[in-house]
Amino acid sequence: MKTRTTLAFNDFSNARKRLLQMHFESGVGHIGGNLSALDAMLIVFHEYLGAKDKFILSKGHSAGALYIALWSVGRLQDQDLKLFHKDNTLLAGHPPAKGITDIPFATGSLGHGLSLAAGTALGFKLKDNDAKVICMTSDGEWQEGATWEALIFASHHQLTNLTVLVDHNNFQGFGSTADVASMSPLWDRLKGFDVDLQVIDGHDPDAIRTALSGERPRLRIIMLRTVKGRGVSFMENRMDSHYLPLTEDKFLKAIKEIDSL
Amino acid sequence: MRKQLCDALVARSKNPEMVFLTGDLGFMALEPLQAVMGSRFINAGVAEQNMISVAAALAQQDLEVWVYSIAPFVYARPFEQIRNDITFHNLPVKLIGNGGGYGYGVMGPTHHAIDDYGVLLTLPNISVYTPVFDEDMDAVIARAGSSSHPVYIRMGRGEPPKGYVVPTYAPWRQLTHGNGPVVIAVGPLAGTYIEAFERLLVERRPNLWAVSELPIEQSPLPDELLAQIEASPSLCVAEEHVRCGGFGSQLLLHLADRGTAVRRFHHLYARAHHFERYGSQTFLRRQSALDADSMLVALEGA
Repeated sequence: MKTRTTLAFNDFSNARKRLLQMHFESGVGHIGGNLSALDAMLIVFHEYLGAKDKFILSKGHSAGALYIALWSVGRLQDQDLKLFHKDNTLLAGHPPAKGITDIPFATGSLGHGLSLAAGTALGFKLKDNDAKVICMTSDGEWQEGATWEALIFASHHQLTNLTVLVDHNNFQGFGSTADVASMSPLWDRLKGFDVDLQVIDGHDPDAIRTALSGERPRLRIIMLRTVKGRGVSFMENRMDSHYLPLTEDKFLKAIKEIDSL
Repeated sequence: MRKQLCDALVARSKNPEMVFLTGDLGFMALEPLQAVMGSRFINAGVAEQNMISVAAALAQQDLEVWVYSIAPFVYARPFEQIRNDITFHNLPVKLIGNGGGYGYGVMGPTHHAIDDYGVLLTLPNISVYTPVFDEDMDAVIARAGSSSHPVYIRMGRGEPPKGYVVPTYAPWRQLTHGNGPVVIAVGPLAGTYIEAFERLLVERRPNLWAVSELPIEQSPLPDELLAQIEASPSLCVAEEHVRCGGFGSQLLLHLADRGTAVRRFHHLYARAHHFERYGSQTFLRRQSALDADSMLVALEGA
């Protein structure tokens, strides 16, 4: 999977533009949470995951970023992306159950992914397989009780081959996480567990690399402080970027903005 | 059936790929299994949603995964995890629900499982086992264990009459023979009718069948049973399950699809979600008119 190539600034920009193009051509929203998650996903796929490792996207509504990351490492092609969200596609709005070997589970109903990742990590241990598992959750998803069940389980079983990335972009479906059901700051709630917790800038490639590096004696959780709609000024930190698709004017404006950086 | 379950799983646990998950249940029953399985016996705690998703992920790595709890905590609490994580991926997780039907009678409605197989059979790929007698468990565990699809085992308590020689396990078994109507019962309930039916004159004695595997499409009715249904003036189904989505409706649809006419249909089914008083499994069966005396009354008009 990984290219072992350290990504350059242009790689992130190109992926961001490709993501916007795919969503624009398909007339699909959910862009804000894809842009917040994309940088970390690119580093995970290019620089971290080995052939046996698994990535589980618990925040399935960021499937677009996952598809772009897979496209970026050559596991999906342009013709696949063209069918995103269209009839007879493999690339559903949330990760599908079958057809893409790099996607182990259908996700999209929040609160499943961390348990699936914990089970995968436990299975690796039981089979003496040294593979790693990475799971990305959203921040709003921690309102799901099952996510806490998974954390208790993963922490208790000392699943050191599991890393949890939290895309902490402060927004959820119908408001900010602080307004809807605040656990702010979420990392303080997690500190009480026996975990290796890091809080970093989720758009700083070097910070993400450092957080992912090395072995940890406990379950690793990396809180990615991210920006919803990252990289497109008129989408950043806006509730409507959770759902709304781009008009042509806004798509062109966004591309121009990314190109000017 | 718990002892038989434990014995069967202990024997099977020689397979190093076998993993057993319990939702913090099995005290005074599953300790022998825990002892032989070591780290592959996992008490997942009081967290059934997580347990089911973990089981799915383990099964995806070709481990043989068994999950155990009181029946409603296996299928009702984590239904979405069963649907999305197990059945959408056709992963061969073996779910074991103890106390199917009214098995936990006086413990109250939260512990009853009278809508389990109806709900689960709406999902893709899954099959259901409803063992009738304790002696069935060896065969059921072997069949479920070798299945390449998701499985739910509804465990209960075998209730054959004293001295009854339990017939070898099969998905469909005829337990009494006569010239009366056809009666089909699901799981252990079938055993509770044998004695009452055997007392009847052969002219009136029903042909009692027990079904232990669903859906019907995977375990078709034997030709002999179909012939009896076609010849009989009436058909009676008894199940410790609510009417909607139960075996009765599945059977009638199946018969309708194949053009088999049923002249009169009697359905005895579980009604306890409407009760305000609770009691033993026997009491609740009586309240639902599922007991042997109620069955005989129902058959009088057959």
